[in-house]
Amino acid sequence: MSGIILPGADGMLFQRDRDWHPPADTPGYKSSTFRAPRHSLLALGPTRSEMTGPTFGHEKLGELDNDLIRNFSQDGNEAIGQRMIVYGQVLDENARPVPDTLVEYWQANAGGRYRHKKEGYLAALDPNFGGFGRSITDENGFYHFRTVKPGAYPWPNGGNDWRPAHIHFSVFGHAFAQRLITQMYFEGDPMIWQCPIVATIPDKAAIDQLIARLDRHNTTPMDALAYRFDIVLRGRRSTMFENKLEGN
Amino acid sequence: MKLHPVPVLKESPSQTAGPYVHIGMTPNFCGITGVIDADPGISMLTADAEGERIIITGRVIDGAGAPVNDAVLELWQADSKGSFVAPMAPNSKSVPAFTGWGRQPTQPDGTYRFETIKPGRVDGPDGKPMAPHVSLWIVARGINIGLQTRLYFADEAEANAADFVLNKIMDPRRRETLIARREEGPVPRYVLDIHLQGERETVFFDI
Ligand SMILES: [Fe+3]
Repeated sequence: MSGIILPGADGMLFQRDRDWHPPADTPGYKSSTFRAPRHSLLALGPTRSEMTGPTFGHEKLGELDNDLIRNFSQDGNEAIGQRMIVYGQVLDENARPVPDTLVEYWQANAGGRYRHKKEGYLAALDPNFGGFGRSITDENGFYHFRTVKPGAYPWPNGGNDWRPAHIHFSVFGHAFAQRLITQMYFEGDPMIWQCPIVATIPDKAAIDQLIARLDRHNTTPMDALAYRFDIVLRGRRSTMFENKLEGN
Repeated sequence: MKLHPVPVLKESPSQTAGPYVHIGMTPNFCGITGVIDADPGISMLTADAEGERIIITGRVIDGAGAPVNDAVLELWQADSKGSFVAPMAPNSKSVPAFTGWGRQPTQPDGTYRFETIKPGRVDGPDGKPMAPHVSLWIVARGINIGLQTRLYFADEAEANAADFVLNKIMDPRRRETLIARREEGPVPRYVLDIHLQGERETVFFDI
């Protein structure tokens, strides 16, 4: 067998740095209280079951899947709000691009209101905004989508907690053990540093990884601002010279 | 040239999927229709899939004993022969009879449910076949980083007793938290409740 690494090929992943991620139990974020496992996690090390993962074909995506301004709108209308392009590169910890992977994103509308029956915020629904989209990364790991900037919103946690403007992201990678959900924030937003969910992440440098940068070079004049948000998934130990699953 | 490169970037830190995870992962289920035809992973197989049809179901329960009604579960498993579905060519139009991957929301009573086939055995890190199992990943409001676990099958007692992963769990009572009981029916059901916390807390993995 050749030494070329294919997506989905075996190769041990770097161990997850659990100190970089939020711990399970974070008292400042009250929902974690009854949902945090109390036992420590059982160290497993990936087996074939977690080193493999689902893949998605390009043909499954519709033309408007990555256009939140239009993918839910009716009669040629468009969503209300500050128009923007969000783009970035999915990389692994080896700084290698992760191509052909599904990236899903969801967000509140420009007023900070989600289209969801449990939503309790007074801000108005936008009839032309659903708040969901998805992309598959290109051969260099890039994704992009068009949307409106989500509003900040209040939520029941402490007496008066507000979420900073953010977009939720789900990324697959090529191994089930790479599966990641996170949130993207916006450069310069002072509310980032007052948010109990952001504060579940212990390290400020780790939080900084979730802050998208305003990118004036990729704006569309008279149309949309651009923000760049790169996402890093776990990397594999495999090199060109070694692609067998190591025992342990 | 290094055989074992060290990581040069840090993994993006996880954040909770939040209370509205269904908007992003099962949009049709929560009423956002017309954007995509079907929620991804809602169906795992076609009529052509080989293997024994089964239903995998149970409830997700929190540390207060309350149903977790706002979770999403993903399931990844081998086919009936113990193989994982090969990556599809990017432009392939063919849909596999069995994808190996499912995604389901929990219902208001905390129930999840996958229609799938019983997986075959996959070789473990020790070179011996592991007992049949499916891998599960659970996200929800209040879960800061997705929880990884497995579901095994009670009618595979012999294979379970020799399983590489189950044997890493020292306390036999905790081992039981991963083993689904079988209920006969037109389609056999394997039932396993997932306890996020509490006396019967499920074993979760650092993979
Ligand atoms: Fe949110």
